[in-house]
Amino acid sequence: MRQSFLRRLAESVVILIGVALLIFIMLRVVPGNPIEIMMGEHANQSTVDRMTAELGLDKPIYVQFFRYITGALRGDFGTSYSLGKPVSSLMRSAFGNTLKLSVSAAVFAWVIGILCGVLSAVRAGGPADHIFMGFSLMGVSMPVFMTAMVLQFFFGYYLHWLPISGSGSWRNFILPAIALGWNSAGAISRLTRSTLLDVLQEDYIETARAKGLTETTVVLFHALRNTMLPVVTMMAIQFSGMLSGAVITETVFSINGIGRLSVLAISGRDIPLLQGTVLFSTAVVILGNLISDSLYSVLDPRIRREA
Amino acid sequence: MNRDKLLQLMRENKVAVLSALVILLFVLAAVFAPFLTPYDPKEMDILHRLSGPDAAHLLGTDEGGRDILTRMLYGARVSLLAGVLPTLMSMLLGTALGLLSGFAGGVVDEIIMRIADVMLAFPSTLLAMLIVYTIGGGLTGVFLTLALVNWAGVARVVRAETLRLRGSVFVTAARSIGVPQTRIALRHILPGCIPTMIVLFTLGVPSAILTESSLSFLGLGIQPPATSWGLMINQGRQYLYTAPWCSFAPCVAIMLIVLAFNFLGDGLRDALDPHLESK
Repeated sequence: MRQSFLRRLAESVVILIGVALLIFIMLRVVPGNPIEIMMGEHANQSTVDRMTAELGLDKPIYVQFFRYITGALRGDFGTSYSLGKPVSSLMRSAFGNTLKLSVSAAVFAWVIGILCGVLSAVRAGGPADHIFMGFSLMGVSMPVFMTAMVLQFFFGYYLHWLPISGSGSWRNFILPAIALGWNSAGAISRLTRSTLLDVLQEDYIETARAKGLTETTVVLFHALRNTMLPVVTMMAIQFSGMLSGAVITETVFSINGIGRLSVLAISGRDIPLLQGTVLFSTAVVILGNLISDSLYSVLDPRIRREA
Repeated sequence: MNRDKLLQLMRENKVAVLSALVILLFVLAAVFAPFLTPYDPKEMDILHRLSGPDAAHLLGTDEGGRDILTRMLYGARVSLLAGVLPTLMSMLLGTALGLLSGFAGGVVDEIIMRIADVMLAFPSTLLAMLIVYTIGGGLTGVFLTLALVNWAGVARVVRAETLRLRGSVFVTAARSIGVPQTRIALRHILPGCIPTMIVLFTLGVPSAILTESSLSFLGLGIQPPATSWGLMINQGRQYLYTAPWCSFAPCVAIMLIVLAFNFLGDGLRDALDPHLESK
């Protein structure tokens, strides 16, 4: 098992290097000198030359890449062109907001998702099943910007219950958490429902029922444990996806997180910032995939023994 | 498949048939847009800006006084095309690379699959943003971006199908009577991948529509005066509280079309996928 983990880890590192290389190449292909673009009409040639040399943009591209990678390993992602601050410190402060948003969205998604999934599985075919699955299907099919704007309009503008945007207090995070989490809740509840329905067909469930255990005990203590295996791995992937920056949610609710930072980087044609945010986000996703793969074998003794 | 079997499948999959009808309706509306509305999608009418739904403007007007229903009909052309064309392109690219990867094996397989791994590691919205930043927005840029974002997933699935079919008896038989490699790949293996490809295509379209609308929503995709549903939502967002109809109508359209394609894809998978049929 340790061996397979190490192999997956090595693969992840290779993928991450590939990602860094791809981002780097793509951002260098953009026509025009980034310094001139950044300074606009006020550019005077000697300043442009001086800045180009200062930022090392006159060096050959492989030297630039090497510098970038060694810098990134030390946590140095260069200086943002448009905001004039180190990219790493910008990302650190943005990550705090992204973390708050992700944790609240994940809690919403998982509690609601598992609850809906279990309740519709035990009442499969009944009205509760249809209601919960309709709710899940809405979550899966509504684009995030739609959910976000409907919530803003209804709870923020119409009912005045919650703030429309910003990230000052915890109340700011309720609507964004629902907007971001609904989609995941839908996926979780559909997976929980279908897995639980499969598990409930197993022989050991029949045995538990035959022993005279109540249906609640059977579902909660016998069936749910095995149901949670695929669900937990899906949760890990979802959470890393949220942490990698919910671009749309953060933009709609004006939350200064990683996702919004990358939108800002694009509109400011800010290459170091874009490079940093995209590399960071992708690294988080790769890590999430690694954890989700490993979780499977940690949680399931059958796989643990095989591997 | 004979007609009775088809009719039976359609009876079993009422949701999928209904979804196909919804999609057909959207396509017809987009194609015949000029005949369905008396208004011009670009002509401003400042006197009637941001007016609510009424008899003259069924879905109201936007900030330039343009009829929203009209703009949605014309926007459907871009949004639907953004779903179909790039998905076709990524299917073509992904199938070619997947087939090559699965068939050639060795170094070629390794290289193609590692590149696919790298592409799949990105969060998809961010990858689309990065590519659109590099090649530029607008219609062509967005279409190319969508094609480049989605090929890797296709390649991976087609490769798996190729590997499965390559070990099957009819391929061994073909090989043993001396059929050339390329002919085996194109005439014996590729047709076997087609059911999977149809399902992939049907599920790829809504994801491309969503990515296009996300990009345009962020202002990075389709640029005015062209329009798409995502761009309409973006433009209407400033008037969310005074004229919510500007954004909500295209939102609902996106949701409906995405839902319809997903249902159709699920139905087609049930009908076409030989792995599931045995269940």
